[in-house]
Amino acid sequence: MPVDRQPTLKVSLQQSRPISLDANFECSNAELLALTGPSGSGKTTVLRAIAGLHRVTRGRIVCNNKLWQDGEKQLFVSPQQRRVGLVFQHYALFPHLTVLENVTTAMSHVTRNHRAGKAMEWLRLTNMEGLHKQQPHRLSGGQRQRVALARALAREPDVLLLDEPFSAVDQLTREKLYRELAQIRATLNVPMILVTHDMLEVQQLADSLCLMHHGKTMQTGPVTQVMRKPDNARIARLLGHKNLYAGLYQRQRQHGTLDILGTQLQVGNLMDASSRVDALITPSAIIMHRTDKPSNGERENPIVTRVVESVELGDELSMKLLVEATGDTIAFRVSRHVAMRNKVVIGGKLVVSILPEGIHLMPAYEHNQHTLTQQAPVAETQS
Amino acid sequence: MSPFWLSIKLAFWTTIILVPAGLLIGRALAYWQFVGKSWVEALVYLPLVLPPTVLGYYLLVSLSPNSAFGSAVASILGAPLVFSFPALVLASLIVNLPFAVQPAQQAFAAIAEDTREAAWVSGLSSLQTFIRIELPQCWLGILCAATLTFAHTLGEFGVVLMVGGNIAGETRTLSIAIYDSVQSFDMDAAGWMTAGLLLFSITALAIVRVAGINSRASR
Repeated sequence: MPVDRQPTLKVSLQQSRPISLDANFECSNAELLALTGPSGSGKTTVLRAIAGLHRVTRGRIVCNNKLWQDGEKQLFVSPQQRRVGLVFQHYALFPHLTVLENVTTAMSHVTRNHRAGKAMEWLRLTNMEGLHKQQPHRLSGGQRQRVALARALAREPDVLLLDEPFSAVDQLTREKLYRELAQIRATLNVPMILVTHDMLEVQQLADSLCLMHHGKTMQTGPVTQVMRKPDNARIARLLGHKNLYAGLYQRQRQHGTLDILGTQLQVGNLMDASSRVDALITPSAIIMHRTDKPSNGERENPIVTRVVESVELGDELSMKLLVEATGDTIAFRVSRHVAMRNKVVIGGKLVVSILPEGIHLMPAYEHNQHTLTQQAPVAETQS
Repeated sequence: MSPFWLSIKLAFWTTIILVPAGLLIGRALAYWQFVGKSWVEALVYLPLVLPPTVLGYYLLVSLSPNSAFGSAVASILGAPLVFSFPALVLASLIVNLPFAVQPAQQAFAAIAEDTREAAWVSGLSSLQTFIRIELPQCWLGILCAATLTFAHTLGEFGVVLMVGGNIAGETRTLSIAIYDSVQSFDMDAAGWMTAGLLLFSITALAIVRVAGINSRASR
């Protein structure tokens, strides 16, 4: 469904206690915005504030041109009056009610005679129609979450809020739920906010991303843009990027160069003036040279490294390469068969190329070497 | 009225009044955070540790027509409250307060917070959430509170003796009758009455246990 560009949900929240909050973002109809950040960054607090379950001292929440909260006017609309669909992390089903009754409980806006029939439609949409007489304790985690989603949708909400809905289910169920949510969201025309700290989930499900840290929104935008072009090194690190380097960017007449990793790299995305910068090498920009024969593009920003770490992760090899000239490391992943074909061994020499377009430059934030969290980039091999 | 039926009557009124009150107090203690909450809890649970005779003494003194409160009550009711059935009920309500409040408080505290929030977000008012979401999940706590209150009232001795005296047909309850029987060496009567109380207490506790096990099995 095409995204309606007029933002339907506008959130601007500030508070100093119990946790500091300075969150500002917007979300349009049919848009799924992922609210992400490390634990304790305030994302669930923001979600609860949108639902009316947490009262923030200052700020405004507007949804569908309806004012839900305004700190200046001392206005606060109760959760009952907001028409919010909220899917809780641990389902929060009513344990004494059947699946069908759980869903009809959220349908006070529908006449009593039509509730059961309408609830069955929501259960059909979430693939739960045959289990409507069951009680929640007889259901699996995935089934409970489907009921929770059906209940949230049955409210016919102005905004759908998903609070880490996949964190309590196993990997297999999670992938099924991803597919089902992707199908269901195509039928919805309301703003959707997904709270998660799983970047893979963000990339698979969300249209846009709002990164939070210490209660503050750091950067908001389309997922691919934020992921590939973070505003600064701090944001890049919070997004899980590893290959971050501080260096000197020099603007030439037709191109730019960057002094990092003991060499001068050609840069594809130009900045206006020479300056100290932080550089992010995006995962797809690292290309491993073949060891058995010359590859195309070997002259493109080549860097000689030594393999210092190699860990098998499923079908991939997660490697750390040492640039001996500077002591910097480059982290990346490569398919196992590619590594085998190129006889990658710990201590062995390996040459990689950095594609100029894959180097993202940011204004200097901190001038230190970064090695951080989460997955390493996946490398490609030239043929 | 025989001591047996008097005890049943006392337990009935105590349970009928105390269980709803305990439910509301227990809910408030489970959900509300306020300054001095620990002191309020200490006051509610005081009868658990306070010797019944001590509590009985204070009640006797405060309900006596010689006290300001007691004389005020006597002028309203037309007769002193002490050594009457209503005095027994009042004393019983105070003594049994923790037995009604604690199960209720635990039952409300056991309800997941997000379940209540889900109810609010689903459009249910606070009252609707209480009736449709909280109460059905608290039935075991309510049963437990009612059973414990009823059983404990049947067996209460110290306070009942202090506040009610030992007036046949008016305030002589089963436990006082047992004491009287032993004092007059009527061991057969005492034996039957104690066996009856023992059987009732065991049955009451078994009901609560079985209900608890069944409830956990269905979660």
